[in-house]
Amino acid sequence: MLNCTKLVTVTGYINNLPTLSGSTLRLYKRPFNEAFEETPMLVAVLTYVGYGVLTLFGYLRDFMRQWKIEKCQNATEREEQKDFVPLYQDFENFYNRNLYMRIRDSWNRPICSVPGAKVDMMERVSHDYNWTFTYTGRVIKDIINMGSYNYLGFAQKAGTCQEAAAKVLSQYGAGVCSTRQEMGNLDKHEELEKLVARFLGVESAMAYGMGFATNSMNIPALVGKGCLILSDELNHASLVLGARLSGATIRIFKHNNMQSLEKLLKDAIVHGQPRTRRPWKKILILVEGIYSMEGSIVRLPEVIALKKKYKSYLYLDEAHSIGALGPSGRGVVEYFGLSPEDVDVMMGTFTKSFGAAGGYIGGKKELIDYLRTYSHSAVYATSLSPPVVEQIITSMKCIMGEDGTNVGKARVQQLAENTRYFRRRLKEMGFIIYGNEDSPVVPLMLYMPAKIGAFGREMLKRNIGVVVVGFPATPIIESRARFCLSAAHTKEMLDTALKEINEVGDLLQLKYSRHRLVPLLDRPFDETTYEETED
Amino acid sequence: MDIKSMKNYLYWLYCQFELITCSYLMEPWEKLLFYSFNITMLVMVLYIAYIFVPVHITMAFQFFFFHENL
Repeated sequence: MLNCTKLVTVTGYINNLPTLSGSTLRLYKRPFNEAFEETPMLVAVLTYVGYGVLTLFGYLRDFMRQWKIEKCQNATEREEQKDFVPLYQDFENFYNRNLYMRIRDSWNRPICSVPGAKVDMMERVSHDYNWTFTYTGRVIKDIINMGSYNYLGFAQKAGTCQEAAAKVLSQYGAGVCSTRQEMGNLDKHEELEKLVARFLGVESAMAYGMGFATNSMNIPALVGKGCLILSDELNHASLVLGARLSGATIRIFKHNNMQSLEKLLKDAIVHGQPRTRRPWKKILILVEGIYSMEGSIVRLPEVIALKKKYKSYLYLDEAHSIGALGPSGRGVVEYFGLSPEDVDVMMGTFTKSFGAAGGYIGGKKELIDYLRTYSHSAVYATSLSPPVVEQIITSMKCIMGEDGTNVGKARVQQLAENTRYFRRRLKEMGFIIYGNEDSPVVPLMLYMPAKIGAFGREMLKRNIGVVVVGFPATPIIESRARFCLSAAHTKEMLDTALKEINEVGDLLQLKYSRHRLVPLLDRPFDETTYEETED
Repeated sequence: MDIKSMKNYLYWLYCQFELITCSYLMEPWEKLLFYSFNITMLVMVLYIAYIFVPVHITMAFQFFFFHENL
């Protein structure tokens, strides 16, 4: 009974769940399967034991560094500043020195080829326990890349996109040397923006040079003091930074929890601003299409229903979901079968599914015209580089099918198939996988700190590159390995990867799941029913 | 072959212990310190158990079944 776990699933079709009412069921046109299996009690206790041991050893090492028994290799204050307010005494720095340094070789790995389905990596060793690295000179070739955000496989060095980009490079050069409002507005940018608007189904769009900066520089242009921002618990740093820079009041609702959001909206309308009780000038709800750490998809139909009921605005960040969801890759709005006019500000990035760089904002013409004048990014930041713009244009036309081939549609379908297959196989093996059934971001729970380092290293030994994530990107006991599937992955690559993951999972004892799924024959998604057996 | 699989199993168990207590991440001198501390505590607990458990069981037995003799 100590070890019993809850499998929290929310499906749109099951009619005996207390949380979904009849009216909510009608909003969803397809089943919504999201699961976050609870941490087994024993695993949580052992994780704390592991962190406890590492903390004790951290204190011991800090003591030795303080008393000069051991050479201090991390950053410290200068001798003259020892009496000032200490800079490196907080938990983040303690964690950095004593825990992160021990497993640091799993991050910042230098790759030396295009990050497609397979990637080459420079091999490096450390002789002083990860404080410094040296290259051995060897290049590890053809590592199966399960970490790049290459959802549709457009990160290629050969093909139509590359040829078009090379042609534009020889025509326009690489640099733009100006901002959008001064001399940096190329005809390529205008072409791109018209194409993006057509792709999304909105009136107008604007493209920026950096995806992070799209969020952090445009939210301050849209809201200010006297406005209210309702932001999801697990929003990306760019959204949080943009919200803080704007000066508006920020309130957080629980992750993907519509009851929490509705409560906050009701309180905001009823009570108004904190001291003066005046009504809020604007209420902006910030959500993301796919949350990249959880693999969960936003409950967009319910958010839109709430937004319309309480007359607020919606800002949807489709960084990971554009190109990756929906029958023709138009993102989470198409996935749920909704109209793009319901979302006030549709933001996304070109970094993930289009193999380029930059971000865009789409919406009504008045909104985009306003942003062209008032966005910080338009005034101060250099605009997109022309070859990058051409890469986006070519890949977007490919996805839309306007280049005359079926390649785009095939890629979108391949990604969906890969997602379903990979997730199903991992769940059958017995790992705890978070997130929605349809999201190409697959977090596999590791929990214990030593397993973070061990998983990264063992997978690299078997020629598979994975991204492992720990604190502070995730809660301290919920560290995970995050797989990003791609349309460029063939079934053979996925099978190889799954075989190795199975091996490493047995070696490191990662199969924590208490719910074994019955392996099912390949049936189309809409007819799938998972029979769960509890053991 | 049974000895080999037994040895593999024991090595795998040792690996799990290393992973759970994070001694997989420690430098060799830290591992030495950690293991010597653990082994000392284990030996102490076993020694105390060896000395005191028969005495305690005898006393409990007498208390519950022959309390007129106390």
